[in-house]
Amino acid sequence: MNAITQTVQTLSATVGGQALEEQQQYLTFMLSGETYAIGILRIKEIIQYGQLTEVPRMPDFILGVINLRGAVVPVIDLSARFGKPPTSIGRRNCIIIIEVAIGEETQSVGVMVDAVNAVLEIPACEIEPAPTFGTHIRADFIAGMGKINGKFVIILNIQHVLSMDNMAELATVGSTSASELALAE
Amino acid sequence: MIPDEYLQTFVVECRELLEQMEEALLIVEQAADDPEIINAIFRAAHTIKGSAGMFGIDPIVVFTHAAESVLDRVRSGDIAMSSVLAALFIEAHDHLSVLINHVAEDSHPASEIDSHGKSLIKQLEAYLGEAVADQPDHSGEMPVVHQSKLEREQSDEVGTDLWHLSLRFGVDVFRNGMDPFSFVRCLSSLGSIVQLVTLIDAIPVTEEMDPESCYLGFEISFSSDADKLAIESVFNFVRSDCFIRILPPRSKASEYQRLILELPEQEMRLGEILVKCGTLTPEELENILRFQSEHGDAPQRPIGEVLVEQQLVSPPVVEAALEKQKQINDHKKSEANLIRVDAEKLDELINLVGELIIAGAGTNLIARRAGMADLMESTATLSRLVEEVRDSALALRMVQIGGTFNRFQRVVRDVSKELGKDIDLVISGAETELDKTVVEKIGDPLTHLVRNSMDHGIEPAELRIARGKPAKGTLRLNAYHDAGSIVIEVSDDGGGLNKEKILGKAIERGLVAESANLTDKEIYNLIFEAGFSTADAVSNLSGRGVGMDVVRRNIQALRGTIDLDSVEGQGSTIRIRLPLTLAIIDGFMVGVGKAAYVIPLDMVVECIELRAWASDEGDGQYLNLRGEVLPYRRLRDHFDMEGERVQRENVVVVRYGEHKAGLVVDKLMGEFQTVIKPLGKLFKGEKSIGGFTILGSGEVALIVDVPGLMGQIEHERGMGEMTVAMAAK
Repeated sequence: MNAITQTVQTLSATVGGQALEEQQQYLTFMLSGETYAIGILRIKEIIQYGQLTEVPRMPDFILGVINLRGAVVPVIDLSARFGKPPTSIGRRNCIIIIEVAIGEETQSVGVMVDAVNAVLEIPACEIEPAPTFGTHIRADFIAGMGKINGKFVIILNIQHVLSMDNMAELATVGSTSASELALAE
Repeated sequence: MIPDEYLQTFVVECRELLEQMEEALLIVEQAADDPEIINAIFRAAHTIKGSAGMFGIDPIVVFTHAAESVLDRVRSGDIAMSSVLAALFIEAHDHLSVLINHVAEDSHPASEIDSHGKSLIKQLEAYLGEAVADQPDHSGEMPVVHQSKLEREQSDEVGTDLWHLSLRFGVDVFRNGMDPFSFVRCLSSLGSIVQLVTLIDAIPVTEEMDPESCYLGFEISFSSDADKLAIESVFNFVRSDCFIRILPPRSKASEYQRLILELPEQEMRLGEILVKCGTLTPEELENILRFQSEHGDAPQRPIGEVLVEQQLVSPPVVEAALEKQKQINDHKKSEANLIRVDAEKLDELINLVGELIIAGAGTNLIARRAGMADLMESTATLSRLVEEVRDSALALRMVQIGGTFNRFQRVVRDVSKELGKDIDLVISGAETELDKTVVEKIGDPLTHLVRNSMDHGIEPAELRIARGKPAKGTLRLNAYHDAGSIVIEVSDDGGGLNKEKILGKAIERGLVAESANLTDKEIYNLIFEAGFSTADAVSNLSGRGVGMDVVRRNIQALRGTIDLDSVEGQGSTIRIRLPLTLAIIDGFMVGVGKAAYVIPLDMVVECIELRAWASDEGDGQYLNLRGEVLPYRRLRDHFDMEGERVQRENVVVVRYGEHKAGLVVDKLMGEFQTVIKPLGKLFKGEKSIGGFTILGSGEVALIVDVPGLMGQIEHERGMGEMTVAMAAK
C-alpha cells in the first residue's frame, strides 16, 4: 500500500513538474488597474470586445453571450466575478477565450478584461505560493504569485475562477426573484 | 476473443429480433394462427441461434435450439399453437433476453437463471415428445399429395436413400480464412458423395468479380450412416454466414418444398430448381422442354404450368417455387428501403444544415441591404432549397411512435396478469411521428403512467360490474399532432381520481394550505408533486409516491408538459405535450430595447397593438381580446431591462396548451427560421430562455421558452401575493 502511494506521489510530482515546465508562459492582462496572469495553455484566442448579447436575469458577472464563429460562448466580467464593481467598457477591452474542462468535456468561455499586456515567461522558481489572506480576491482563485521585474502579479487558477458549477449556482440564485429570497430567509 | 464491435452488433441485432419475436408472440397469444407470424417467430429464433453459434455462446444456442425445434413443429402444423404454448414461448423469449443481457454485460448468469432455462427447455421438449408420438396420425394430413401419375409423389416420401445437402457459401468465406472445398472433403470422411452439382449462378461478370469473394454453392447427394448432427457439425465454422440445408434420406416432399422456398438463388428458372432439389430428374426436365418446343407457343408459357399439366410435379411444389420467386422480389424491395445509419452522423448533418440556414440568412440580409434584385432572387431560391433540405434532414430523425406504443402490449399483458385484472390495450395514432431523441426518452415515463393507470385507475372486475361497466378494463394510448407539439394520451376507463382524497392527502403532506381554493384541475395536478401518493396499499408496481413527480420532471426536461383530466367513476386521461423536434424551430423575432428575442412560431397566435386594445393604462395587466381576458406582461419588465418604453408597444399573443397570454414587446421583426443552440451549463437555471440562436447579422438572439416564462411569471405573481399577505400581517 505504501509503495503504491509512493509511486503515485512520484508520478504526480513528475506530472506536476512537467505541467509547471510547460506552464512557464503566461499571459498578463490588466483589470481595474492591477496586473494578473493566466497560463497560456488554456487560452484559445483573444478577440476584440463587441457585439455582445445580454442574457436577462443573470448575475452581474455574466455579461452575456457572443457568437464565436457559429458557437455561442458566454462572457464573464472578471472584475465582477472577483466581487468588484463591473468593468466599464473602453477602447482597449478584450475578450480572452479560455477552454474550461467540465468533467470530460471542454467548454469555451470568454473573459472580459480591461487590456491585454504580453505573454511572459515566469520560471517556476519565481512563483511564490498564494498568501492565505491579504489579497482582495478569493484565495482559491489564486494559483500563485509570480515575480515580474521585482513586482508580484497574481497568477489565476482559471479552472476555479471559471468553475461552471459555482457560476451556474450563482446564476440560478441570480434569476430567482428577490421576494423569493426574502421568503427563504 | 471476439472483437467487441461484432459482439455489439450481435447484441443489438438479437435485441431487435427479440422485439419482433415478442410482438409476434403477443399477436399469436391473442389466438391469431397466422402461419406468416409463426414463420416470423421461427426466423427470429433461428437467426439468434445461428449468430450465437458463430460466437460460440453455447447457453443461447442450446436454449434457442429447444425453442426452435418446437417452433419448427408448429410451423409444419404438427403442433397446434395455443395460448398456453404462446405464453411458454413468451417466457422463453424473456429468458433469452436475460441471456443476451448477460452477453452484453460480459457476465455469467446466476444458477437460478440456469435452472430456469433448463426447466423451460424441459417444458418445451415435452411438446416435442407429444408431437413425435402424434406423428403417425398427422402424416395423412401432409399437404402435398395430389392424384398423380408421378410415382415419386404417390407416397409422402421422396424415394431416395441419399441425404441432400444444399450449401451456399457466404461471400466472405475466403476472407474469413475458410475454404469451401475443405468442408466438402471433410464430408467424405462421414460417407460418400454420390453427386455434386456446383452452382456458379452467383458469379458476376468478370469485371465485377472480386477474386477474394466466394460465389459458390453446392448441391450434394450424399450417402452416409452418420446422423444429422454429425453432418451438421462439419459446417460448424461457416454456419453463421452460409446457407446450409440438410435433408435426411426419405424426407417428406413438403420438406423439399420448403427447401425450394429457402434457396437463395434468384434468377434461377423453376425447372432447374426442381431438378436440383431432386424433385425431378434431369431426364424428366428434358422431356418437358421437348414438349414445350413441340407445342410452339411455349416460350411465354411458364415452365411450371407445363410441368403441372404433364402431372410431373404436383401444384403445391410449383406454388412453393413461384412463391419463392415472389418472396425474393418483396425481400429485395424492403431491403432497399432501409439503411442503418449512425445517429451521430445524422446529428452532424442536422448541425451542418443548421449552419447552412444561418449562413443563408446572412447572405439574404446582405442582398437586401445591397438592394440587388438579381441577388435577392437567387438567395430566395437558395433559402427555399435549404428549407427543403432542412425539412428532409429533420424527417430523417422522425420515427413513428407506434414502435414505442407496441412495447406496451407486453407491459399491459404482464401487469394485468400480475394484478389479476382483465385489461385491453387500445392503440391509436401509432403513425404519429416525432424526433428519435424524444422517442427514446419518453419510454420510461410512459411505462410508469401505464402501470399507474392499470394499478390505481382500473378497478377490479367485481367493482366494475357493480358500477355498470364492462368487466374488461380498457387502457388507451393515443398520439396526435397539435400546434407544433405532439400530444400523447394515456387514458383508462377506471375509477378516476377522488378529489377529496387528493386534497386531503395534499393538506396532510403540507403541499397546499388548508384554506387554499383550488380548481379541479389544480387538485388533479397535485399528484405530480413530489412525495405524493394516494394508493392506500403500496403495491409492487406503484404507489411509493416517487413516481409521478419523476415523470413530470422527465417530461419537463424534454421541454414538454403533462396534465391530467379525470371524471370520477369514469376514468382519467393523462396528456403529455412534447415538442416535435429539439433541433430547429420556426421562430417569430421580436425586439425589446436593443435585444432580439425569438418566440417559437407555433406558439404565436397573433400580434396586436397594445394601445389599441388595452382600454385604459391602469395597473391591470390584462386586456380585452374580443371578449376574452388576456393577461399580459412586458418582457422589458420581466427581464429587468433598462431604457424607456417605446411609443407603440405590441402584444404577441402566445398559446401553449390551454393557456393564452400576451407578451409586450417593442418591435415586431417577423418570422425567422432558427437553429437552437443549447443553453450550456451556465444558463440552464434560467427557465424563461430555451436556447440561443445566431442571427444572419452574426448577433446572438435568445429563444424564449414560453411555458418556462409563463411558469416564471405565474410563480412570481404568487410570490408577490404572498409577500403582500405577509406584510399585511
